Amino acid sequence: MSILVIAEHNNEELQAATANTLTAAKILAEKTGSEISLLVAGNNCAAVAETAKAIPGITQVLLADCPALEKQLPENFAPYLVDLVNEKSFIYVLAPSTTNAKNVLPRAAALMDVAQVSDVIDIVDADTFVRPIYAGNALETVKSSDAIKLMTVRNAAFDAAELTGGNASLEKLNDATDAGVSSFISENVVESDRPELSNARIVISGGRGMQSGENFTMLEAVADKLGAAIGASRAAVDAGYVPNDMQVGQTGKIVAPDLYIAVGISGAIQHLAGMKGSKIIVAINKDEDAPIFNVADYGLVADLFDVLPELESQL
Amino acid sequence: MKILVGVKRVVDAYIKVRIKADNSAVDTEKLKMVVNPFCEIAIEEALRLKESGVASEVIAVSVGPDSCHEQLRTALALGADRAIHLATDEIVQPLAIAKLFNVIVEREKPGLVLFGKQSIDGDNNQTGQMLAALSGMPQGTFASELTFQGDQIIVTREVDSGLQTVALKLPAVITADLRLNEPRYVSLPNLMKAKRKPIESISVAELGIDITPRLSTVTVLNPPERSAGEKVGSVTELVEKLKTEGAI
Repeated sequence: MSILVIAEHNNEELQAATANTLTAAKILAEKTGSEISLLVAGNNCAAVAETAKAIPGITQVLLADCPALEKQLPENFAPYLVDLVNEKSFIYVLAPSTTNAKNVLPRAAALMDVAQVSDVIDIVDADTFVRPIYAGNALETVKSSDAIKLMTVRNAAFDAAELTGGNASLEKLNDATDAGVSSFISENVVESDRPELSNARIVISGGRGMQSGENFTMLEAVADKLGAAIGASRAAVDAGYVPNDMQVGQTGKIVAPDLYIAVGISGAIQHLAGMKGSKIIVAINKDEDAPIFNVADYGLVADLFDVLPELESQL
Repeated sequence: MKILVGVKRVVDAYIKVRIKADNSAVDTEKLKMVVNPFCEIAIEEALRLKESGVASEVIAVSVGPDSCHEQLRTALALGADRAIHLATDEIVQPLAIAKLFNVIVEREKPGLVLFGKQSIDGDNNQTGQMLAALSGMPQGTFASELTFQGDQIIVTREVDSGLQTVALKLPAVITADLRLNEPRYVSLPNLMKAKRKPIESISVAELGIDITPRLSTVTVLNPPERSAGEKVGSVTELVEKLKTEGAI
């Protein structure tokens, strides 16, 4: 029995998400008596593989280093992955729930004629896994009947594994072929001073109570002091205050920061679904009956237009 | 160019779902059902491509029980030209849905297939990628912008690090993310007109495709409840509490 973990990296260094997936892989390895291999697939990414050799608990690092895998385009990477899994008889393929793995893994699963288990948050046994459905409003335990199991792993559900102290072997794999149907053009990496909504440590969101898009500058002032990302409820988006990509909720982004501050948000079900995995929730709302207070660790019943300037000055 | 667009019937995102007493599934009985919000974005994009002359026909496709007709009617009222219903009362998972869509792809030979990036019930985020694999088409997932250049489609994708742009050879599968567009609303006259547009029903059982679920549900449970915490009296008190907790 063996487990393949797909490393998330940018051809230069390993991304943090890989460490959480490795913890999930180790739990699975313990339950099944398996060995873990780590695949570093990319272009000019040998340095990543070299560093990965030091990860404790893995037996080998597999390096697929060629132009066709530079951006892990699924048209090239998925068939390559299928061949690798078959050749080396992997039973499990795990990857972090990043946009990259979500793009590639289902394509590989379909080529293998197996299901994929998305966003695993717990491993029950060799073929039973827990995953959130309805944006986390329900937790489904599923049992896979497939011989090969592919899954993406929700980072927040597993602690990060140690990345140094081990001594794995390194195997260089064959090059992949370019399927010739897709090509990478450009990347526009957001270089904002503010963190990205999906992985910020602190998120401050505004709702309809903000009353206008201009008033979101008051949130920005607080966010700058906290180093927080800014989100919004669907109500604020629908009212035209802010663009849709700021939306936190079942129909927007699902976030789980250490601290979530909801300002002028009543707490519709679909919003709660997108943020209730947060460690600490603060709600600021002048309506003391707002449902958001039912999930908040700290509630402040007050007018946000008084609270925000005061909060900014006290931080 | 024909466009196929996937339409999934889901529980309205504003309803808090309940789990059946035997913990076997989410209870969707008698709840308000709508078009999956990400599918709405896919439909909107298909319609805009038709309005701008890129597409000649928009075909809405849904897999599931007869109640899916309601969502296909919505797609028709929004402006889709015709609809195909792949009828089954069985549980269908992404791999099975992708196989069924592939039958329609082979028959209709669309230039583009549009899906929502995921449905808000199963949250799988797989069907588009799986259809792309089975049909051999390239895929542009989590799309926020589409432009056409000769026999290629240029797709801007919402990725963790920002935006990524790729070029795909047509035909291709695209899955829609939030920023792609703002869907329109159905107007009453269009709703009336949609009643005359055709919905073709195909029995899944007659297609000879194995749709047996590969994942069986063991239990569906409520997530651990979050309980209400404490009310604080002032901003000062709030800041103090958060500092004590090490949150700020």
